[in-house]
Amino acid sequence: MTNYLIKGAKPYGGEAADIFLKDGRIASIGEHLRVPGADVIDAAGLVALPGLVDLHTHLREPGREDAETVETGSRAAALGGFTAVHAMANTDPVADTAGVVEQVWRLGQQAGLVDVVPVGAVTVGLKGERLAELGAMADSAARVRVFSDDGMCVSDPALMRRALEYVKAFDGVVAQHAEEPRLTVGAQMHEGDRSARLGLAGWPAAAEEAIIARDVLLAGHVGARLHVCHVSTAGSVELLRWAKARGVQVTAEVTPHHLLLTDACAEGYDPVFKVNPPLRTAEDVAALRAGLADGTIDAVATDHAPHAVEDKESEWAAARPGMLGLEQALSVVVETMVETGLLDWAGVADRMSVRPAVIGRLTEQGRPLAPGEPANLLLLDPSTRATVDPAALASRSRNSPYAGRELPGRVVATFLRGVPTVLDGKAQK
Amino acid sequence: MKRHLLEAADLDRADATLVLDTAAQIDAALAGREVKKLPTLRGRTVVNLFFEDSTRTRISFELAAKRLSADVINFSAKGSSVSKGESLKDTALTLEAMGSDAIVVRHHASGAPHRLASWVKGSVVNAGDGTHEHPTQALLDAYTIRQRLGRLEGVRVALVGDVLHSRVARSNVGLLHTLGAEVTVVAPPTLVPVGVGSWPVEVSYDLDAVLPKADVVMMLRVQAERMTASFFPSAREYSRRYGLDARRMATLPDDAIVMHPGPMNRGMEIAAEVADSVRSTIVEQVGNGVSVRMAVLYLLLGGRSE
Ligand SMILES: [Zn+2]
Repeated sequence: MTNYLIKGAKPYGGEAADIFLKDGRIASIGEHLRVPGADVIDAAGLVALPGLVDLHTHLREPGREDAETVETGSRAAALGGFTAVHAMANTDPVADTAGVVEQVWRLGQQAGLVDVVPVGAVTVGLKGERLAELGAMADSAARVRVFSDDGMCVSDPALMRRALEYVKAFDGVVAQHAEEPRLTVGAQMHEGDRSARLGLAGWPAAAEEAIIARDVLLAGHVGARLHVCHVSTAGSVELLRWAKARGVQVTAEVTPHHLLLTDACAEGYDPVFKVNPPLRTAEDVAALRAGLADGTIDAVATDHAPHAVEDKESEWAAARPGMLGLEQALSVVVETMVETGLLDWAGVADRMSVRPAVIGRLTEQGRPLAPGEPANLLLLDPSTRATVDPAALASRSRNSPYAGRELPGRVVATFLRGVPTVLDGKAQK
Repeated sequence: MKRHLLEAADLDRADATLVLDTAAQIDAALAGREVKKLPTLRGRTVVNLFFEDSTRTRISFELAAKRLSADVINFSAKGSSVSKGESLKDTALTLEAMGSDAIVVRHHASGAPHRLASWVKGSVVNAGDGTHEHPTQALLDAYTIRQRLGRLEGVRVALVGDVLHSRVARSNVGLLHTLGAEVTVVAPPTLVPVGVGSWPVEVSYDLDAVLPKADVVMMLRVQAERMTASFFPSAREYSRRYGLDARRMATLPDDAIVMHPGPMNRGMEIAAEVADSVRSTIVEQVGNGVSVRMAVLYLLLGGRSE
């Protein structure tokens, strides 16, 4: 295989250095490396970070290949600097058996752009009635460790308790979409001043917080790992802080869109801004940023949710919830966390690569930029700003909430085990 | 005037007053005439696009457009192939291609008229969208109040009932505030939206305390189905606590009026003897609806008298 010598990149934004990638690993890092025969990449001014790991991606295959496929989603991920993505289970058929998770895993291998790590459903058909064969999925070729009914909340407390306990046998984790369903019947947007005026049924913060409060108590009681998906409220951050202080093994993620956008986006009723959980208030955004900065929130996860045009170009209530995220995730984090001084580049690496890999129990991802480690990394030009054009995205869908918005940072290159998946900002396959 | 009338906030005080004054002029021009028709919108096409049944509102708009000599197309989307959300845009573009100058839209989803307005070049008039707004209802209510009481500034209005789900309430809160009236919403706490604190209104849970200080009582329709979702325990209890009966009506100031946007649930939010009393403006509201809608179409389509 081709070996690469990356010249003058700044690992974690620090001093410029050369990085030599050989046989899928980082062979050496140092000044003025000379490696005859290696392809040289000029990376002057670029920040080098470990390849990003997404805990929450919807790739839509099988079932909605018109919105996204494993291949198109993988390409979007690579362009966003990701080297691994967790593919959510709410496909059609649902990823609730070893057969389906192995299918998704193989499609990821074939695409070869990122490691596609299937998430297994907690319950059969996401119905919240009985456990899926979690052990079979864990033992399959896909080696599932993250289980989630995402899109649906495991709202039955007894079932949730059993799921938390059961996955301990293979060091799994239940990733909960925290939404008390009885409190969100017909809900369309964050319940508050704006929903009152816009006449859209409210999704109260308490519906998320009530489930998180319950689940951290359950996880503490049975000594199991819990992961909370797409935390969206200030109250949720407080509950997580409290639970972590008590020693509960809880981790949490926040999406890029919840770090940047507020419920003000619902003005005008453009369903591209309809998402679940909904966009919240500016106070919530500030609390989420602070929680991510101090580590209460462990990870940024995209909740990349492609939707076909007809599922978004409609009136608000008829539209499906969700928005694209993979290709702009890092840019949004640069804008909301780096340029604001809340996180340095090592912090970005920690929240977008290291910790999500640990939560997903991926041993060859989220590793430091150091000799001997797997050559999963990205090169970012932090000085460029560009306006997002949905038509130019690699995703098969166009529902980007950032359309027309100028964001900082451009992923110039991504390497997966030493192989460039992106060079000069272009996908390599 | 803006190009569209989507919500009460599209009208500033001058615009709202202009609509009411124009409606008054139209009323005066037509008074006593045998043929109630003006030639101002001849050659223009108004489409009534109704995704939800509302015969009274549709007829009111239809009459308004016809009295202005516009061509009217009634397009009932309910139950047809276009009743699915995905085709709202296609429907809008089709109607525009047929040469519609204005689309009057009633839709079960809040914000549907906003979406429509982003796709078409002509004017869009919101004839009621989900639980959002119904601005021409608020205009006709304001017109009726001004006609009866002679003013809007400082008028004390009690808006009573299912404020949470009411587009009439949202439009009236906005428009009446713009026009200087003082609004108190009265409802059980379950039927007041979280976030009402940002509205320019007082909130009361006690109808009996509000009535002696009200110049206008506007009763909102309350659907008995709300009871199954525990918004209140029973129709009887609702009626007892928030219904307007003769005993309660007697506590109103002498000149106070009673309004209802219709259709009424007699015996639920309003007693029959109240609906039929001299204080009631319910029949006038219907007639005023046509005049106000004529004024809106006239002003939006820039019609000129010949
Ligand atoms: Zn979710």
